[in-house]
Amino acid sequence: MAEDYDVLVVGAGLAGMRAALAAQQAGCTVAIVSKVYPVRSHSNAAQGGINAALDEADSWESHAYDTVKGSDYLGDQDAIELLAREAPAAIIELEHMGVVFSRDEQGRLGSRNFGGASHARTYFVGDFTGQALLHVLYEQLVRSGIMTFSEHFVTRLVHDDDGRVSGALGLDMRSGERRMWTAKAVILATGGMGRVYEPSTNALICTGDGMAIAYRAGAPLMDMEMVQFHPTTLKSNGALISESARGEGAYLLNRDGERFMQTTAPHAMELASRDVVSRAEQIEINEGRGVDGCVLLDVRHLGAAKIMERLPQIRALALEFAGADMITDPVPIRPGMHYEMGGIKTDVHGATPLPGLFAAGECACVSVHGANRLGANSLLETVVFGRRAGEAAAAYATERGPVRRSPSLLDDESRLLNLLLARPDGIRPAALRQEMGQTMTVDVGVFRQAETLRAAQAALVEMRERFARVSVGDKGRVFNQALVSVLELDFMLDLALAVVAGALAREESRGAHTRVDFPRRDDAHWMRHTLAFHTPGGPRMETMPVAVTRWQPTERVY
Amino acid sequence: MDVPDYGTVLDALLAIREGVDETLTLRCSCRSHICGSCVMKINHRSALACKTKLQAAQERAGSGHPIVVQPAGNMPVIKDLVVDLEGLWSKVRAVDPYLQPTGPVPEREYIVSNEAMLNVREATACILCGACMSECTVLEVDDRFLGPAPLAKAWRFTEDPRDGADRARLEALSQPGGVWDCTHCFQCVEVCPKDVRPMDRILELRRRAMAEGFTDNNGSRHSQAFVDSIGSTGWLDETRVAMRSTAGLRELRGWVGVGWRSFVRGKVPLRHRPIPGAMHVRAIFQRAAANDPPRQVRRREQ
Ligand SMILES: Cc1cc2nc3c(=O)[nH]c(=O)nc-3n(C[C@H](O)[C@H](O)[C@H](O)COP(=O)(O)OP(=O)(O)OC[C@H]3O[C@@H](n4cnc5c(N)ncnc54)[C@H](O)[C@@H]3O)c2cc1C
Ligand code: FES
Repeated sequence: MAEDYDVLVVGAGLAGMRAALAAQQAGCTVAIVSKVYPVRSHSNAAQGGINAALDEADSWESHAYDTVKGSDYLGDQDAIELLAREAPAAIIELEHMGVVFSRDEQGRLGSRNFGGASHARTYFVGDFTGQALLHVLYEQLVRSGIMTFSEHFVTRLVHDDDGRVSGALGLDMRSGERRMWTAKAVILATGGMGRVYEPSTNALICTGDGMAIAYRAGAPLMDMEMVQFHPTTLKSNGALISESARGEGAYLLNRDGERFMQTTAPHAMELASRDVVSRAEQIEINEGRGVDGCVLLDVRHLGAAKIMERLPQIRALALEFAGADMITDPVPIRPGMHYEMGGIKTDVHGATPLPGLFAAGECACVSVHGANRLGANSLLETVVFGRRAGEAAAAYATERGPVRRSPSLLDDESRLLNLLLARPDGIRPAALRQEMGQTMTVDVGVFRQAETLRAAQAALVEMRERFARVSVGDKGRVFNQALVSVLELDFMLDLALAVVAGALAREESRGAHTRVDFPRRDDAHWMRHTLAFHTPGGPRMETMPVAVTRWQPTERVY
Repeated sequence: MDVPDYGTVLDALLAIREGVDETLTLRCSCRSHICGSCVMKINHRSALACKTKLQAAQERAGSGHPIVVQPAGNMPVIKDLVVDLEGLWSKVRAVDPYLQPTGPVPEREYIVSNEAMLNVREATACILCGACMSECTVLEVDDRFLGPAPLAKAWRFTEDPRDGADRARLEALSQPGGVWDCTHCFQCVEVCPKDVRPMDRILELRRRAMAEGFTDNNGSRHSQAFVDSIGSTGWLDETRVAMRSTAGLRELRGWVGVGWRSFVRGKVPLRHRPIPGAMHVRAIFQRAAANDPPRQVRRREQ
């Protein structure tokens, strides 16, 4: 089956839905495709909140500066300025749409502290901010009547003869039917790639599909080595304890009950930015001052009432997966893979270097997060740049003439999928995925060096070869999740190789990327982004300069 | 299978899917009971697999007995544990699930109290997993019922001080398939993984609908007749309640059979006398009305 639209949005998380609404408001016909129902998207998981300088005593400049500093000066300052300037309006817009943000005594929006921020500018809905936002945007999507293809899996992009992106191919998961959507502009908003690592705080669907799809189509991936390790994840299953715990005043303690952040970040303490806290924790653990491979997160001094009002979900999670009641016990936590700062390179309008292709949200790299994302800036990015990408894609689509459909592509794609299904019994995808994830965690983790990175690269290349023998354990058509997970693994292997290539190329330590063999930040050579281009022989690397508007790099002190 | 002791039913199912039978099909994503994907029946009870500890499920099943997992109820099965959720989504769409403010849009945020937001927040915690729909005893027999989750969502808007469409919403919800179709079986309250208490929201919607004057329906007439009967005689005059609950003679005709059978079984006394302590019951009603004039008894006071 084939369908025609002005703008096709792939992904129905916050970025995708915001983009779709913007494109429709600009007068375009829009379709949105998602491999899960919109409200199942991973944006749900965000607990902490969303940043904006809304308070009179705060300013967008301060928000922008904190973000630049947080990014360890790798963020593009023109994009960061836009993010901070447009944040207040974005929050107000969400509030008007119906988000039940927490209030202060005067009935105005109330905010909380978050890591790396010089002002309490994180707005929140209890500790389920992401869910609250996602459901409200879904409500707006329902209201808009935008054509929504849920449980449809996109596998690749379609180009016209001039090389412009003009649609996508995919699979209706429920029927197993192959699909093609023709569109004058395509926006990828497919979220993160956490599952490239094992463990990760990310949901099982975070397999970076859109990044890999764009990469294969010729769009560069930028700064993929910048992988954020969140300082507070549970050991048992990698689940996240939100930064709001530290925002509310939690302590981090080592085996001896010391607040070890005292030495690393005497001012910000536990609320230093994530890269700083994760490194400090990993050092405690590596040097034997941890507890069973972890350090301790302690909120007991906040008292039961505050814990129950402000952190109910977090307490429930810790109770369930660590068997610790935060009211009476500290919780063992450790750094865990959480967020990919890098992604599909875009400009501030969400446009990628491929004509007709746009991207927004976690799959994109504008770059506002640079080498380290500040907590609560990502939800903000999804709505600000989702909207911008939607508007820009609509403008592009309006300019562009009709797109010619090429039904033969649909047959080609069907043939490829059928070949995959027909592979004889071979390697189970799950085993290979585990191996990839563990390799990434061990060799491309908080601390990195050339030797282990090369080992990881070799291992991944070998896994890529083995992938040719992976088989699909379900030969049916209806709801074939085995097929989908093989396709996802295929995507992730490409991305893992891109991360390692970036990590090898960047011979310095900046933000989340710590090279033991190059322990200093090297502004003379590395105020630059890495760009990975897909080639059959693996990633080809280039670099380009960071956009600096008003903040020259200085040493980062928290 | 090797599943750690903090493991959940979801962990076990994934271990089976990855290690034994790759065709096993189930929805799941977040593993932390926030995305709402993994609802299914576990030991015959609707629950999120990622929120159900394996040990607890085993205890429920009884040692030596297998843990039984089945697809969610009241929805057609597509494959294994995957059911067709279209009914849920279409019913969510049917309640106009978006804020409809009236009046001028403020430049900044709406000024509303934190209490009002906390109140609404209780229902916005709903993740639309469908556990309540799966367990609903009304949906089991009547697919036209909107069901607990959509009604809880509707409640959320009627309670939101920023929403201006209360009356239209309450009127629509008073139609057949709406708030009056719930039978108070409590199942939705018990299985909800997010403590949304859909049934309580439905009962509140009823009260608000009646207070707004949407009483021209069997449900609210029934409720009023119930209150009137108990409030005056201390017990239920089923004949009168039945007569007052229906819209008119034509509809009442349909109940003749039931009435006759009740009569034969001695359930329809010819004269409905107050019970001995009826005055005490009346006093309770009066006191309740004085404390907080409940909307149901308002008519008695006229
Ligand atoms: C545990 C956790 C807590 C977090 N807390 C915060 C926080 O407090 N504050 C903050 O700012 N950020 C937070 N983040 C980060 C933030 O939640 C995410 O970066 C953000 O929500 C991503 O939104 P998105 O719209 O880009 O993608 P997602 O919400 O992940 O949506 C991706 C969409 O793409 C679709 N999709 C993917 N692949 C395909 C395909 N092949 N075909 C079709 N559709 C596809 C999916 O179905 C989905 O609809 C947190 C992240 C995690 C993991
Ligand atoms: S996997 Fe998300 S609710 Fe269970």
